[in-house]
Parts: sequence; structure tokens; C-alpha cells
Amino acid sequence: MNPRIGPHLISIEDLDRAGIERILDRAESFAEVAGREIKKVPALRGRTIVNLFYEASTRTSSSFELAAKRLSADVVSIRSAGSSVDKGESLKDTVQTLSAYDPAAIVIRSPHAGAAQLVAGWTPAAVINAGDGKHEHPTQALLDTFTLRRRLGALDGTRIWIVGDVLHSRVARSNILALQRMGAQVTVCGPPTLIPREIEALGCDATSSLHRLHEADVVYVLRMQNERMRDSFVPSLREYAQRYQITAARLKPGQLLMQPGPVNRGIELSADAIDSPAALIGEQVKAGVAVRMAVLYELLVGSPILAVAA
Amino acid sequence: MESLDSTLGAGLDQRLFHRDRPGAELLIRGAHVLDPRTGLDEPHDIVIRDGQFAELGSPGSLPAPEDGELFDATGKHVFPGFVDPHVHLRTPGQEYKEDIESGTAAAAAGGFCAVIAMPNTDPVVDEPAILGSLIDRARQVACVPVGFLATITRGLNGQELTEMAALADAGALGFTDDGKPVVSAGMLRKALAYQRLSGGVIALHEEDPELSRDGVMHEGAVSARLGLAGIPSVSESTMIARDAALARYENSRVHFQHLSAVESVRALEHAKQAGVRVTGEVTPHHLTLTDDLVRTLDSRFKMNPPLRADGDRRALVDALRSGVIDCVATDHAPHARHEKEVPFEQAAMGTTGLETAFAALFTELVLPGELDLSVVVERMTAGAGLYDLPTPRIAVGEPANLVVVDLQASYEVGAHGYVSRSENCCFHGRNLHGRVLLTLAAGAVAFRERMLVEATWAG
Repeated sequence: MNPRIGPHLISIEDLDRAGIERILDRAESFAEVAGREIKKVPALRGRTIVNLFYEASTRTSSSFELAAKRLSADVVSIRSAGSSVDKGESLKDTVQTLSAYDPAAIVIRSPHAGAAQLVAGWTPAAVINAGDGKHEHPTQALLDTFTLRRRLGALDGTRIWIVGDVLHSRVARSNILALQRMGAQVTVCGPPTLIPREIEALGCDATSSLHRLHEADVVYVLRMQNERMRDSFVPSLREYAQRYQITAARLKPGQLLMQPGPVNRGIELSADAIDSPAALIGEQVKAGVAVRMAVLYELLVGSPILAVAA
Repeated sequence: MESLDSTLGAGLDQRLFHRDRPGAELLIRGAHVLDPRTGLDEPHDIVIRDGQFAELGSPGSLPAPEDGELFDATGKHVFPGFVDPHVHLRTPGQEYKEDIESGTAAAAAGGFCAVIAMPNTDPVVDEPAILGSLIDRARQVACVPVGFLATITRGLNGQELTEMAALADAGALGFTDDGKPVVSAGMLRKALAYQRLSGGVIALHEEDPELSRDGVMHEGAVSARLGLAGIPSVSESTMIARDAALARYENSRVHFQHLSAVESVRALEHAKQAGVRVTGEVTPHHLTLTDDLVRTLDSRFKMNPPLRADGDRRALVDALRSGVIDCVATDHAPHARHEKEVPFEQAAMGTTGLETAFAALFTELVLPGELDLSVVVERMTAGAGLYDLPTPRIAVGEPANLVVVDLQASYEVGAHGYVSRSENCCFHGRNLHGRVLLTLAAGAVAFRERMLVEATWAG
């Protein structure tokens, strides 16, 4: 059976396991490119990629830009501040305007769920969701899966705990779906106010206690934002840290530690955990470029897997 | 000639307003007539003279009135005209979405012979002068009779009562802050007490904003999947319980609008069992659709209250069947395309519903056997009685308020556009059975289906 990929990457649901594996395999070959002195292949020469970011982003926007450039594409990056978006232009009008440049792909980040899907209806370009509200962030889940697969080989049967503010996390949602598709068992853990009701419908377990954290092979820590305290989802960051902060002492030897960044040191993660050999955080960042190259390549070129590396 | 209002006044309550039109002269031949209130449930000829039911007879027995039309409706159904106690006609101020003319035309196209318009317009209907201008407008352009509610609080501010007595005198059927709850129990209590002076039903949009917050859909498995803020069912049901208790204490008459959750059904049932003078309505979309559709992130499925889970939907159907919920109301809420073609969280809440109400219920509930046709017809006409308006009946001497429906005919919703000015219909693209062919409202033809009319009208 052919892997299911595209024509857009809006949600992890757009991919089956074979599709995820295809992208990760492709990313392996691009990771090799990153080791060369000239980190560039001509795959998308002459084609245009538009990055449309309606939300602040460091890692995602820079890695998409770098990924497109390493594929030799022309890249236009637009941020909402200072653009016509600031002047009240609707998403639809912006997208239709940008589509006049005939881009091969539009990469969009939006504070609103479903924005990428809407964009896909308004443009002939391939659309890649770089985060839509609290809904999904599929390329983050792919790079996390890539990082884990590199370390563990296969994810079948791997027990992964996602700890923290699941309610507001698109990273959690995409990872629950992607990791389960790859055969992992996912447990989400956090304060009851930050675990969505009926999250178990996604196929994961849910708990409010770290007591069974030792069962995890991988601990994936979500970022805890200050405003959750202001909105009384937690009484204080101090109490949150007491109950849910992942420290070196709470980790068992052999457990792997991940976090999508940016990290709040001393809140969701202690410094000794971040700096411990268990942490894969740097590898996650590094994987970002190769995985996003792979996504662009699979959506826009998609030729047989062996033809890439040259 | 006397004004139509007085000649047809038998069925035209003085508090419903519409454009004057000549009374129909018409023979409807051979239609299956179903009126649960008069017990009619068999094929009949119906003669309408000067806008009144003049004669009922066995099929083929009656001649057409002189200079009248003959409509051979063999194989079609005739019901009493539907009454919608909850529509948004958007006048004044938001005519780009809808107005009295387009909204009542949409009502007629859906088989409705009367509608009740909500007052959350711009400006809101909180003063007799504004109400008076709406009544004048309805007399010029309304295709079916329109009744108006005024707001409970000035400017929907939730803090100061409107001049309820003056508004009732000016023609308001009742009061509602629909679109918003009356958050303050103390404020609502005053309105309920004041009702003893003003009269008029107090209709309530029930939602505790402390619980619904910035929610955009039902809180449950689907909102968990999508990462959308949820509106929990208890945000509605706790307010129904509170306000039923206040209604009991003040012995006032309260109508609960657009129920959506099983917990709300229980709260309403409890209040009714306690003898409180409460009634409830439910929309076709809450009776037929669930939050599962929101997985598409299609903003047509964004409304308030939100589509909920299938257990809620089934409880609403059961309650409508048993009579715990008294009537169907569409909550017809037109919005312009630019208000809906945005990400789900930013999209305006609401769906249109007048043109599809009967067909949606017939297709999704009657055909699969969840509800009897006679129950649907009864509940789609019961809204009139809740506001102390005469209920449309098919009986000699009554004003002709009826709808002719072809239950066999199916159509794709929206394939040929909408009569409403807006197209935000949650049934868009569905294939529905039960096509409205003809609507008579207050004795006059308010709608005839264009294509089929040419094929079947004669004489």
C-alpha cells in the first residue's frame, strides 16, 4: 500500500503510519545533507515557499525558512506585525493575494484552530500547518517522532508520558496522534484543570499524578505558561512545580526527556534535568530542519526515496 | 374594503404584523391533510375563499372557486402553517445579513405562516419607538405575519429594565435578552415580578458565562481533540434550574429558548413537574446534528448553544416527543459570508434554519422512525400558543394558514441558493426530503415553489 501523504499537511490525520515513516526516512537522508559543508540540494530550485506567521515563533519559523532554502527554494516570510494583516486584511484576502505569486507551498501558523485548513481551500498551493491555535502542530510531532525513532529504533510498545498543560497544547494533540500511529502508548499527565475532559477519546490514558512516571520510557514535558496561573488553572507556579516539575531526581535511569521549547527553567523542568544526558531537547531542535525539508519535499516532489541524496 | 387585519382578524392576532395581500381563492385537490389538533389525517379537497377555509370535502368532490386557482395536490400533504417563535430578522441595523422582507420570505419558503423576531438588533428593541418602526416596516414588507419581542434590559446591558409595560402596549409579545443570558438573578427576579404588570412571556437564553467563558463548541471528546474551548452543558442547565426556581417564586411565565443538553431537559422536566409555568423550545439542528460535525471545523456548525453529543440529541428528541419540550424553533440566525469565512473560533455563532426546518426533521427524524410525522407537525405549530397567539388550524371558518409539502421530493440544500439573504445553513449540501410547494399565511399565498408550480397548477 502506498503511504498516505498530502496534498497538504494540516493534521497528523493526513498521514498514516507508512506516510509518517516515509517522511522520517526522507528526513534521515536530509539529516545527512546537514552534515555536509554545503548544506543544499537543488530539489525545489525555482519554486517559491511562503511562510505566513500570525504568531510569534523562533524555532518553527527559522527551521521552515532554513529547510526551504536548503532545498534551493525562494522563500518569502511574512509576519503579522507590520504586514497588511495588521491593517485588518482578512486571512482569505491575504492568502489570495499571496497566491498570485504562484507559491508551491504556503506554511502557515495561526492562533486559530482550522486556519490552515481554510487556507487550503483558498489557494492552489500545498499548505503546511505550522501550528493552528491549540489544535495541531504536525511538523513538531514529526520531528519529535524522528528524534525518538533515531534513539530507540522503533516506537512500538514505547510508553510515553506527556506532562503538563495538555489543555492548551497543540504539540500534545499532534504528538498523541503521531506517537500512537507509530505504535507507542501515550499517557497524559497534568493538573486536572489542564487536562481536557474526555481526552481519553484520543486513545491515550490520563492521570493527574506523577506516581507512575517510572513506567514511562519517555517523558515529554510541555511548556507551562504564566498566564495559566493568572487564569487560575493552577493556584501558583510554585505549587505546579512542586507537583509536576520534572527534575533529575524524578527521572529514572534510561528514561528519555523531551520538551518542544522554549523551556521555562525552574517551572516545568529543573536545570539539572535539562542538562542531564536523558534530555533530547537539542536533538529535537536539530531534527526540525531535516524533518521540515522532508515534509516540503514529500509534498512538492515526492519522487522515489532513493533519488534524493545526490 | 376593510383592512385585511380586521377581515382576517379571526386568526391574525392584533400583535402580528404583515403586508396586506388579497385573500386567496383556491382549491387544493386531493392532498393528504394532517392536522393533529383537529384530528384530520386523510385525503381531502380544501376550498379557500377570501383567505378562509370555506369547505373541506372528500377528494375530487369540490369545485374550484370562481376566478380561483386549482392546485392538484394528489399525493402531497397539507399541514397547518408552521409557527417559529424564534428568528433573527436582523432589522434594524444588520440588513446586510437579513431584513424583514427577506427573512419572512425565507419563512414562507419553509412553510411558516408566522414568526417571532428577536430584539438583539442594532439598536436593540428596547424602546416603544423602535418597536413601532419595526411594526410599520412589517406592515409594508412582511411576507408572513411577524410578532416582536422586546428586550428585558436596556441595550441588553443586563442591569436596567426596559419599559416593559409600554413595550407590551406597543405590541411586544414578550421579552428576551436572547443572544445573552440575564446573568444577574436579582435583575431577572425584578423582570419576572414586573411581568405581573406588563404581561408578555419572558423568554430566556440560558447560559452561565462564568462556565461558558470563551467556549466555541460543546465541551467533550471533540473539543478535546480539536483544542477548542468548550461550552459545558452545565452552563445551560444550571441557569435553567436557577431561573425555574425564580419563576416559581414569582409565579411568572417563562419560556426557555433553544435547549441543547440532556441536563437542561431534566431541569425543565423537574420544573414542569413542580407546576412552574415554564415551557421550552428546541431547534431542528440540535435535534438532528451533533458536535461530531465540528471535526470538520466548518463554521456553519458553530452556533450558540452549540451542537452537543448524540446522547443530548436523543434526549431532546425524546423530550419533544413526550412534550417536556413544547415546540420547535429554528433560531434562524443569518450571518454574512465574511463573518463565517474565518477560522472557527472567530466565526459568528448561528445558522439559518427557516427554509430547512421541516425537511430536516422529516428526513432525519420521521423517516428513520424517531418521531411521528404528526408530532413534528404539532410541535412546529405549537410556538403560537406559547405566546398566547391563535394556533393555525385546518377547519372551516379559520383563516387559511397552511403548507403544502411533497414528502417524496428531495433536494440538495443550497444547490439553488437560499431565499434568506444569508447562506450559513448547517444543512448545506445535505439531501433532504419534504419539499414545501405552497404556503398560505394569514389567508394569502406567501410562497409557491417555482419549478413544481408550473407543472401542477391548472385552472
